[in-house]
Amino acid sequence: MIPAAARPSLAAKARLRFDRASGGYMLLYPERGLALNPTAASILRLCNGELTVEAIVERLQGEYSERPAPEMRQDVLEFLEEMVRRGLLQVPA
Amino acid sequence: MSPAPRPYTLVAELTYACPLHCVYCSNPIDFARHRDLLDTATWRRVLRQAERLGVVQVNFTGGEPLLRPDLEALVEEARALDLYTNLITSGLPLERARLERLRRLGLDNVQVSIQDARPAESDRIAGREAFQRKLEVARWVKELGFPLTVNTVLHRENLDRTGEVIALAEELRADRLELANTQYLGWAFLNRQALLPTREQIERARSVAAAARKRLEGRMEVVFVVPDYYVEFPPACMDGWGRRFLVVSPDGLLLPCLLAHTVPGLSFGNVREQSVEELWTSSPGLLAFRGEDWMPEPCRGCTRRSIDFGGCRCQAFHLTGNAAATDPACSLSPDRALIEVARAEAVPPPGRLVEFRYRSARPPAAG
Repeated sequence: MIPAAARPSLAAKARLRFDRASGGYMLLYPERGLALNPTAASILRLCNGELTVEAIVERLQGEYSERPAPEMRQDVLEFLEEMVRRGLLQVPA
Repeated sequence: MSPAPRPYTLVAELTYACPLHCVYCSNPIDFARHRDLLDTATWRRVLRQAERLGVVQVNFTGGEPLLRPDLEALVEEARALDLYTNLITSGLPLERARLERLRRLGLDNVQVSIQDARPAESDRIAGREAFQRKLEVARWVKELGFPLTVNTVLHRENLDRTGEVIALAEELRADRLELANTQYLGWAFLNRQALLPTREQIERARSVAAAARKRLEGRMEVVFVVPDYYVEFPPACMDGWGRRFLVVSPDGLLLPCLLAHTVPGLSFGNVREQSVEELWTSSPGLLAFRGEDWMPEPCRGCTRRSIDFGGCRCQAFHLTGNAAATDPACSLSPDRALIEVARAEAVPPPGRLVEFRYRSARPPAAG
C-alpha cells in the first residue's frame, strides 16, 4: 500500500509525451511505451513529487465527478500501485 | 494495399565501427563494406522525418555510436523533437565529461553492454580488455542521474553465471537488465557451434532470472530473452517486418531489422535519395514481407500468424536459403530439422576454451 501522505514522482527512466497522432499521452521508458487513457494521463501528470497521494485522489475526484468518489479513490490507488510495481513510479520512503 | 503501420522506434545505427570484436555481433559480416556514412545533416533530417511519421523513441546504436563526434548534435536534435533517446554503447571510448555533456543535452537512458560477470571471461568475448572500463562507465551513468540498462548476451560459456550477472547489475544499480540469449545470425551464426547452449543450461538460467524478476520487482526490470533455437514457436521478430521498428543503417538504408540487407534480392532505398516516409511506405524491401500476403503454408493458415508474423526472415534465409520460408525455429516448419540438428550437437562448455571467429573488418571465408 502506498501511504496517503507519500509524494509519488515518475521514475528516472520514464517520461510523459503528448502524442499528436492519438491526441493522448504516452509514458515512454527504455524499449517500451504505454498509451495512456485520459484518466491514467491525468494521474501521472500529477505525480510531480510535490502532490501527495491524497491530493492526487482529490483532484481526480473533482475532475471526474461523474464517477462515485470511493470508486475513483480505488482506481487511483490501484493504478499508482501498478505503476510502482512496474518500476515506473517512485515513492520516496 | 493497406496503409503502412505506424513505426514507434527508430534504430539509428550511426556507424558499424566498434572498438570491440564480440563474437556474436549483430552487424553484417561484411560490415566494413558499408563505410560511406551519413552526415550530420542527413541524420537530423531522418530524425525529423521519423518523428513526423509517428516515431517516439530513438536508439542511437552501431557499432559504437560514441565514435561519432556528432552524437551530441543528434541527441540535441532528438530531444528538440521530444523523442525518448537511448544510447546503446559498449562504454568505450567514453570520458566522464562527455557523458555529463550528453546528460545536459537531455539523453534519457544509457545502455551499457557487459559480456560476462567476470573480467577475463567478459574480455574473451569482447576480444579485448574492456570489462573494468565498462564497470566504471556504468557507475558514472548512475552517478550522473541517468537510468542504466545493462545488456548481457547469453550463450554456452556464460549462461551458468546468470546469477552472477544479475548480482553485478544489482551492484551497479541498473534500472533494467536485459539477459538476451544469442540469436544465431551474422557473426553469431559463424560461431554457432561454440556458442549454442544446451536446453538444460537455458532452463536453469531461465528459472534464475524468473526468481530475480520477482525479487527485484519495482527496482530492476529483468528481461530474459530465450534463444529461437529452444522455442516451440518463434517470437515476433522486430514485432513484425516493417511494422513498429524502423532501422537506418550507417550508410543510409532504411531497413525493417538489423540484417535485412544481408538477404539477397531485397532492395531497400536510401534516405539520401528518398524521404523516410516514402521508403517506409513503399520501398520494395519493406513491402516484401509486410503483412501476411507473402506467407507460405503452414503460416498462411495458422492462427499464430498475427502473433509471430512468421518469425525471422533473415533466419529463414540463412538456414534454408529462402527468405519467404516459415522460420525453421517454428515447430511447425517443414525445415525444423535444421534447428534440431544444431541443437543435438550442442554440448555444455568444454573444459578447454574453444576458438572463436572474432568480429573483424576482414571477414573469414565462408565455412
